[in-house]
Amino acid sequence: MAIKPAEIKKLASLSRLVVDDKTITDVTDRLSSVLALVDQLQSAQTESIDISRPFHIAQRLREDEITESNKIDELQATAPEIYNGFFAVPKMID
Amino acid sequence: MHNFTLAELINGLRSNKFSSVELTQHFLNRIKELNGDYNAIITTTASQALESAISADQRLANGNAPEMCGIPILHKDIFCTNGVRTSCGSKMLDNFIPPYNATVVENFENDGAVMLGKTNMDEFAMGSSNETSFYGPVHNPWALDCVPGGSSGGSAAAISARLAPGATATDTGGSIRQPAALCGISGLKPTYGRVSRWGMIAFASSLDQAGPMARTAEDCAILLNAMASFDEKDSTSVNEPIPNYRSKLDNPINGLKIGIPREYFSEGLHSGTEQAVRNSLVELQNLGAKLIDIKLPSSHLSVPAYYVIAPAEASANLSRFDGVKYGYRCKEPKDLEDLYRRSRSEGFGEEVQRRIMIGTYCLSAGYYDAYYGKAQQVRKLIQQDFSDAFKSVDLIMGPTCPSPAFKFGAKGNDPVAMYLEDIYTIATNLAGLPGMSIPCGQVDGKPVGLQIIGNYFNEERILNVAHQFQQSTDWHNHMPSELA
Amino acid sequence: MSWETVIGLEVHVQLATKTKIFSGSSTRFGASPNTQACAIDLAMPGTLPVLNKQAVNYAIMFGLAIDAEIEQKSVFERKNYFYPDLPKGYQTTQLEKPIVGPGRVVIPLADGTTKAIRIHHAHLEEDAGKSIHDGDIPIGVSGVDLNRAGTPLIEIVSEPDMRSSDEAVAFAKKLHSIVTSIGICDGEMSQGSMRFDVNVSVRPSGSSALGIRTETKNLNSFKFMEEAIQLEVDRQIDLIEDGGKVTQETRLYNGDTKISKPMRSKEEANDYRYFPCPDLLPVIVSDQTLDELRSSLPELPDARKSRFTQQYLLSDYDAEILASDTSNAEFFESVAEKTKNPKLAANWVMGDLTARLNMENKNISNSPVSSSQLAGLILRISDNTISSKMAKQVFDAIWLGEGNADEIIEARGLKQLSDSGSLEKIVTEVIEANPAMVTDYVNSDESKRKKKMGGFMGQIMKASRGQANPQQVNQILLEKLNELI
Repeated sequence: MAIKPAEIKKLASLSRLVVDDKTITDVTDRLSSVLALVDQLQSAQTESIDISRPFHIAQRLREDEITESNKIDELQATAPEIYNGFFAVPKMID
Repeated sequence: MHNFTLAELINGLRSNKFSSVELTQHFLNRIKELNGDYNAIITTTASQALESAISADQRLANGNAPEMCGIPILHKDIFCTNGVRTSCGSKMLDNFIPPYNATVVENFENDGAVMLGKTNMDEFAMGSSNETSFYGPVHNPWALDCVPGGSSGGSAAAISARLAPGATATDTGGSIRQPAALCGISGLKPTYGRVSRWGMIAFASSLDQAGPMARTAEDCAILLNAMASFDEKDSTSVNEPIPNYRSKLDNPINGLKIGIPREYFSEGLHSGTEQAVRNSLVELQNLGAKLIDIKLPSSHLSVPAYYVIAPAEASANLSRFDGVKYGYRCKEPKDLEDLYRRSRSEGFGEEVQRRIMIGTYCLSAGYYDAYYGKAQQVRKLIQQDFSDAFKSVDLIMGPTCPSPAFKFGAKGNDPVAMYLEDIYTIATNLAGLPGMSIPCGQVDGKPVGLQIIGNYFNEERILNVAHQFQQSTDWHNHMPSELA
Repeated sequence: MSWETVIGLEVHVQLATKTKIFSGSSTRFGASPNTQACAIDLAMPGTLPVLNKQAVNYAIMFGLAIDAEIEQKSVFERKNYFYPDLPKGYQTTQLEKPIVGPGRVVIPLADGTTKAIRIHHAHLEEDAGKSIHDGDIPIGVSGVDLNRAGTPLIEIVSEPDMRSSDEAVAFAKKLHSIVTSIGICDGEMSQGSMRFDVNVSVRPSGSSALGIRTETKNLNSFKFMEEAIQLEVDRQIDLIEDGGKVTQETRLYNGDTKISKPMRSKEEANDYRYFPCPDLLPVIVSDQTLDELRSSLPELPDARKSRFTQQYLLSDYDAEILASDTSNAEFFESVAEKTKNPKLAANWVMGDLTARLNMENKNISNSPVSSSQLAGLILRISDNTISSKMAKQVFDAIWLGEGNADEIIEARGLKQLSDSGSLEKIVTEVIEANPAMVTDYVNSDESKRKKKMGGFMGQIMKASRGQANPQQVNQILLEKLNELI
């Protein structure tokens, strides 16, 4: 199924990527090629099946005990921008 | 020293033929001398390595040291290493220094292994040729104008060029097995859930699995012994007993039933590759194994299913890379949207962006059922195929890749051509089964890999067959001519 | 044109676990920015979630408390969108199979009847972080604090069964009372422990089709919720009556400025692309766990209310108020048991005690007057040692720490004068001292006489320093005055 440039722009927007007018044709062609590949799935005969993985039946539960301590310096050591312990970003409206 | 196997090096350390410091220095020198040709290593950790080697020698002297104590290894740059840059082959994490270790790294550290450095890889593990790395492509030691395979191309090339005796790697659709095949070495993807994913940068969470790369099956067994563990920090880690993976290597393989899927020997398979694989199967018959024709009827759906599921999961896993908490941030963002868009577009390469968009598409409103929903159902069909096959056979074998190593740029502008490289390996990931590739021949001077697939948590049997094959053949000892 | 309002609520309740839903970080309120955010909470590469058992148990307890079906195999999904307070770029939540299915909550109406509000479902999810836009931060910059990111929430979604802001507030209060009574939430609204999103639409009375609804998000007080609903209903009605159409949108209400406006960010444009989270497995709840949790549930507010009306013969109204909060209920019961006078106990707890606690911003668990002290005071009223009026003085003294009722009554000599001899003497003295008032009384109509007694009462109480037993005095005064007619 071929994908239209308008749809590509929407996908880019949803995933916060930039597809500019120079590259949009290329991107469209390549994405269409991949989608043609995945369209082969439509030929499969499937009914609704429970997707449980073997050995992976139940989520393990953790005891409600504090195991983490304050490591702000370590964790913020390579942060792009910090101000008074906050992660700084351009001003958000709303 | 670099021509010894890992197993031999372990013996050498214990019989005092050399020390860990000497061993480490030897490989560091080798890396310094040769890495430029292959670009297999992104970060070398020389001083840290020597410090670890000194402690390891101490521990060895005290006696009772774990197997891997003092052995130098490389880690794929997808495993977080405390205090050491972990880039995942991407500009997005070029400056990322994790303050924690991946469990895999921690396991080796606890055992006293020596980390030489971090290996090159396809960006965010997305690729089959190691051409998408921010740090430049890796060159196949067998033919420098050819790809080593991917995404664990750096680890594969490093082992092949004898820059280290062992390396860690990851496999989501074939990223251990395919480069192992193209570089003439042995690589194992364990059962999903066997090795912890904590600290391993996620690509496709339900498919990713860490595994060893080395020159022999025995070496892989030694590495797997250290890597495998039940980890409470990983909800998908399975609490299944961990055997000593070396203990059954010498079991005879008389009567072993090997399934040969007809789907793995159809059109698209290079004739030289097919010949090499068929010859090895004859070799296994000579060792007492029985070859049985089987069918895996949903095989043709594995690549399409994978290219829905993996990008879908990746599209969500990579959303955390937003320039806010760590990693790359664009210069002077004018507002929040600009921060997101430019940090991500500048930080991620083309293939990564493409897969994010495919994943986003397959999960979108209106497309979810036809793509993601359908792919998950197909996945169940594929699992069923294997489940049925394992009722009548012990292992399944075939070629790892459709052809030997190709030249850089050969897959051109068509992403699908590249995706088809993984045609034989992908189904194993979808089913969560263990799979291995070992060298089994050569075509035009380039290695061919034999793939061995086992049932859940049956790594021992896979390693056993591989080891027996390697006892009576010597493909795994072959080296690229320039290195001989 | 007469209009009907249709309201549905989505309530976010922070679960009072010690740690976050997917990491072992503390959830304690008020820490400095990012000091309670570990690598998992910051979504650092390679980190993975592990589910908090207590969060699951609390969610189940809520379901049991509202008579809902518990989904014994529930699943977590990823809800994908970009926002700085959402570190992973997705929120782990539940969509297709939430842990709590349909249930109901009964609310009291103003006319004394009750109404059942249906709960569509409740699901587990993780809270996002917080951002600040001014204050401790330079101009043009916003600051992100991820301490709150990962705090476990249940989101409770009602059916659009409410028809007025009163009903919505009653519903919200009942939920508050349930979650605090069963101990799964601390109920501290000012700390954001409960937040409300209100969906409001209007339609002509009698119509069955639903109008276009708007959503007003993130209200954290009953008062603001009430105001926001009223404002929105009026706005929608005005809009429609002027010929316009309501736009489906998300709005924010500012409780200080009393203004509501649409959100500027394009949240509506988001396609959340939900899919099951591959890092987590299905949450399986055994029958045994259900039974254990069911038997561990404390008395629920409605059951307690029923019991109060039967056991203590309280009115529905009084019972509703006292039963809604566990600490209040326990305090009341303790006083009622000790005094065997539930009516007085109720009056005092709901009246003087609550008023004084509110005034000084305290709650009943740190009340300066303990339940035994209040009981002690009430006993002295019921045995006529002191009058009700005097009791208020004693109450104040207990509040200020002067001791128990008996001690204070003794120390200040406040025993009510009840011996008839002394009372008769005082009454007689006052009558004799006020001949003009007597004449006035005698010459008045019968209907006006009761009122005239007030003047005598005032002087009698003054003469007895407030300690005369008013009922007895009244009796004696009436007899004596009537003798003079």
